Amino acid sequence: MGTKKQNKVKFAFLLDLESAYKTLLRNKIRSLLTILGIIIGVGSVIATVSIGQGASKAIQNSINSMGSNMLVILPGSSSLGGIRSGFGVLPTLTLNDAYAIRTLQAVKTDSGMLGMSQQVIWRGNNWTTLINGANSTFTEIRKWPVARGVFFNRQQVVSAANVAVIGNTAATELFGLISPIGHIILIHSIPFTVIGELTVKGFNAFGQDQDDVVVIPITTMMEKIAGTTWVHAIMVSAKTQKDTVLAQSEITALLRQRHHIPLHKPSDFFVRNLTEIAQAANSSAATFTILLASIAAVSLLVGGIGIMNIMLVSVTERTKEIGIRMAIGAKKSDILKQFLIESSVLSLFGGILGVGLGFAISSAISSFSPLKTIVTTEPIIISLVFSLCVGIFFGFYPAFKASRMNPVEALRYE
Amino acid sequence: MNTGNDYDINNSRNSGEPLIRLENIGMIYKIGDISYEVLKKINLLINKGEFVSVMGASGSGKSTLMNILGCLDKSTSGSYFLEGKDVSGLTSDELAEIRNKKIGFVFQGFNLIQRLSILENVMLPLYYAGLHSKDAEKMAFESLKLVDLFEKGNKFPNQISGGEQQRVAIARAIVNDAPIIMADEPTGNLDSVRGADVMKFFEKINGERGATIILVTHDKNVAGYARRLITVKDGEIV
Repeated sequence: MGTKKQNKVKFAFLLDLESAYKTLLRNKIRSLLTILGIIIGVGSVIATVSIGQGASKAIQNSINSMGSNMLVILPGSSSLGGIRSGFGVLPTLTLNDAYAIRTLQAVKTDSGMLGMSQQVIWRGNNWTTLINGANSTFTEIRKWPVARGVFFNRQQVVSAANVAVIGNTAATELFGLISPIGHIILIHSIPFTVIGELTVKGFNAFGQDQDDVVVIPITTMMEKIAGTTWVHAIMVSAKTQKDTVLAQSEITALLRQRHHIPLHKPSDFFVRNLTEIAQAANSSAATFTILLASIAAVSLLVGGIGIMNIMLVSVTERTKEIGIRMAIGAKKSDILKQFLIESSVLSLFGGILGVGLGFAISSAISSFSPLKTIVTTEPIIISLVFSLCVGIFFGFYPAFKASRMNPVEALRYE
Repeated sequence: MNTGNDYDINNSRNSGEPLIRLENIGMIYKIGDISYEVLKKINLLINKGEFVSVMGASGSGKSTLMNILGCLDKSTSGSYFLEGKDVSGLTSDELAEIRNKKIGFVFQGFNLIQRLSILENVMLPLYYAGLHSKDAEKMAFESLKLVDLFEKGNKFPNQISGGEQQRVAIARAIVNDAPIIMADEPTGNLDSVRGADVMKFFEKINGERGATIILVTHDKNVAGYARRLITVKDGEIV
């Protein structure tokens, strides 16, 4: 018995939907104009959210391209006699610090870094570029493999070999179209054999060309070119992204101990976590998205008012029909339901068309601008549910008005 | 006093009781400060199976009487017993249910819903009664067969003649097996040939189905189909 009744109800609902659909189809232009606001509203929600997510993804990618799970340890600033210098001035970080960090639980690999601008010469060509001293783990930490040739290995770092791996921009400037592998270049008048060329990395988030670089073993850099015993920075790769926070505190504790810093004194180094930077960038992208989405939500609201307007007109126009239905036995709730279903179908249909429009806009943006937009299911579902709610909310007053009509007066209406 | 809440719409017919009993039904309209007494203490009995015509000039109150009899409107005083139960105190939804199950309407202007097919129009009372199955379709087709429009079910109101539209309205009125059919100037928009054709079907459903027919008209020829004539004048039955 129960299931039979349920079937009946389900079937009745389908009938109601079909009837609403037919009614709306009879007045195609008007129905379309009515839902135009919803279409534009939902379309702009989908488009703006896809732009926001695309932008956030782009920021994420650009930060990841510097190496995910990466931490950077920089020497601290000095504060002598009240004059404070900036970061990276004190010679507090050494390679031994890097070797010690390597033994920590959350740390996967490390690389001391020492960078310096130098002129590089190959035959008649010269090019001034960044010479970076690094460990053999550089490719892993920066997620930056070689395109051809090889990267230098541990032995070459230990023995301070005169080998170099060249970035794409520096290679093009020096060698043109010739493969740089196997050639001898002069850095600081010292001959280096080019053993590899890095893949193209592009610009970083701050607009620097990351490919304008020559990477040599950190030991070679310290002994033969810079002549120092300290490094500019230590790059560390944590085991996983979650481990970055743990690694940060482990490194801080270890270095404070190694540098004999008493508890009440500040550290003479800084540990920077790239995830933090990524989060800051993401949160600004999220703010942007919320701003755009709220503008879009206002237009959805305006669309809802458009629906209410037309539904009120429609109720007035169909007074006679309402009278007939009431005479035949329609209750208030039947009339209410009929018009609510109509406005809901209308706005949901507007929502579906709006999703289509949003897709079109976001793919147009993707193809005409460098930004790659991303459409996810979440905003689609949210805006469809929202447009359905708009239909029910703004359809309620006209439907309520219809349901309250007096059958005698409604029948008399011409 | 019956508040109407316990009104059982499906109650078995009380054999001793007339189908319709009006007791001192009065209707006063108030427009601003002025009151119009449209009906004055109407008393009326109509038995099951009767074919009654109500005549009267416009403004006589016959339309108001018709609306009250059809449970479309509520009187301002008096009691209306339908199948022995007082319906004068019922809510608008309860009245809607009575209209759905007990009363079929045929109007002067046919009052079909243009957007719906003939079959769907006839099925509409069943829809509001909660019937949506194939049975409802079968009932609607049977109704259409009775008015000789079995083959026009899939057409739309604007595709058939006025006389046919009025026959569809009759089919819609009887589809729920309503004991009362109220017809308000059913031939008013038709020529005499088509009108006579429509009246033939009222006679048929009165004779074959035993439906009680209450016909409002000011056409003496049409009123002549009825076996009892009620004349309303100045809000009273004369």
